[in-house]
Amino acid sequence: MTTTARTPRGALGQPPALLLIPAVVAAVFLAAPLVTLVAATPWSQFLGLLGSEVVRDALAITAFTSLATVVSCLVLGTPLAWLLARVDFRGRSLVRAIVTVPLVLPPVVAGVALVTALGRNGLIGGPLRDLTGVTLPYTTTAVVLAHTFVSMPFYVLAVEGALRAFGEEYDVVAATLGASRWTTFRWVTLPLALPGIAAGSILAWARSLGEFGATITFAGNYPGSTQTMPSLIYGALQSDPAVARTLSMILLVCSIGILAMLRNKWLVRP
Amino acid sequence: MRSGTSQAPQTLRATVEVPGRVSASLSAEAGDVLAVIGPNGAGKTTLLRALAGIVESTGEIEVAGRSWTDPPLPIRERRIGLVFQDQALFPHLSAQDNVAFGLRSRGVKRSAASQPAKDWLERLGIGHLASRRPRELSGGQAQRVAIARALATEPELLLLDEPFAGLDVGVATELRLELARHLAAYDGITLLVTHHALDALTLANRVLVLDEGRVAQVGTPTDVAARPHTEHVARLVGLNVLRHGDRFSAFSPTAVTVSLAEPTGSARLRWHGRVLSVVPHGEALRVLVDAEPQLLADVTPAAAAELGLMAGASVWLAVKETAVETYAAPTRVELPG
Repeated sequence: MTTTARTPRGALGQPPALLLIPAVVAAVFLAAPLVTLVAATPWSQFLGLLGSEVVRDALAITAFTSLATVVSCLVLGTPLAWLLARVDFRGRSLVRAIVTVPLVLPPVVAGVALVTALGRNGLIGGPLRDLTGVTLPYTTTAVVLAHTFVSMPFYVLAVEGALRAFGEEYDVVAATLGASRWTTFRWVTLPLALPGIAAGSILAWARSLGEFGATITFAGNYPGSTQTMPSLIYGALQSDPAVARTLSMILLVCSIGILAMLRNKWLVRP
Repeated sequence: MRSGTSQAPQTLRATVEVPGRVSASLSAEAGDVLAVIGPNGAGKTTLLRALAGIVESTGEIEVAGRSWTDPPLPIRERRIGLVFQDQALFPHLSAQDNVAFGLRSRGVKRSAASQPAKDWLERLGIGHLASRRPRELSGGQAQRVAIARALATEPELLLLDEPFAGLDVGVATELRLELARHLAAYDGITLLVTHHALDALTLANRVLVLDEGRVAQVGTPTDVAARPHTEHVARLVGLNVLRHGDRFSAFSPTAVTVSLAEPTGSARLRWHGRVLSVVPHGEALRVLVDAEPQLLADVTPAAAAELGLMAGASVWLAVKETAVETYAAPTRVELPG
């Protein structure tokens, strides 16, 4: 890393109050709920709950589905991002608009849409059941589908941005050296887009970790198969808020822990 | 003129039309180094990129008896080596992997491509930098890697787009000498886009002058330098060039005398105007005078001081007829070859 000579503190004048005060309000607003959650957590229950089967199941399902979501984003979302960034085809802006819709869709609506398409009697789900006997709703697969549906837009937009940042220049260089588009993608485009792919994966993973509305609508809330941590916390909140707080704490600790591990590897800003 | 369509190996014949940018015909033989010069915006880079297939163009391009335009060949199937102004080395690959890229992408195994890549780096004097990433290289080193990368695929057409732009003067000079050696050993055709008269004189055996997208002049470097057809080239080589109808007359700035009063001697060519600039030029000072057209005159520092030459001063310029070379201005530039 390069170190540049620093401007002495205060040399540019004091930060104006019009910026400083809203900035402090924003920081406090973001920090306060988390701090109170930590303070109000009945820590004596923490390990006990962590050991219980229902919590361990929910954690395992959350871990598995969020990982599977990231993998499906990588496998399907990367080519889509490449197509949007590199191939000039008719209707490209329409495709991009459709890709971004789930970003602004309320998760419950996303769930309803998934049921309509892939439910037992859905437009696709019905024929699928008739042909193969497979039904998707209320399975772990349904959880992954719901998560992928809401997470993919984040991933695709992040990766498309990274692909555009490098532009086509290196693709042109590779072509002058005789590389096919597939070779160029593997040897040039993909390695250069890695930081964007990592950032997109983390966005998708975080979105998947917190997904609740679409999951519970499309996949239900069955312990051991579709009950993720957010679903479990929602259920607990209605019977025992103290347990809900502890469970929230468990999810928080796990996700911050993983993020901290990844941060060292991927998220270091230059 | 060569007759008909030549089937000789390694011959380039091209007519390139990029609407609003370039409309040019050119040809070259094996081993030719064709310098493409002209002012900014003349279409030099566009011409190069059109030959490479990067910029859409109409017209015909034929290399070594094979058409690149009928049917249009994609970039990757044209046997070109392109050296970009900004080098454009792959930032995630080492110098050696950059050079090996062209071989690897044409199906050569990693192990088999590494030795030629090393050899090319060695030939350009940077064998010891093989494992460095581009960001760990200086501008001159990076340009050597870029040249090695372009030559390693043994292209039919080597396209160099201002390869010395942005380099320190000393580095550029050294690289220029070295490139001259490699171009002498290279039997393909080289097109060198440059805005340096020196590049054209030292590296090229032919010069193509572009002006507003059109070919203004083609010839040997000495011919173009001695009898330029465009103001731009005249400035590049430091000559004064005047056009009278279908004739040009050219004279050196050293032949011009500067005085404050109207000259009364035998010199019949004389102009009056204001000094635009005075800059050091070798031992002398080069004075640019707006005498419609703009003319250059070289004076000694002592004379400049005596005359009080500075921007805005009103002066007379005169030149003896005997110091002026007059030559015909072609109404149409013919294809060389």
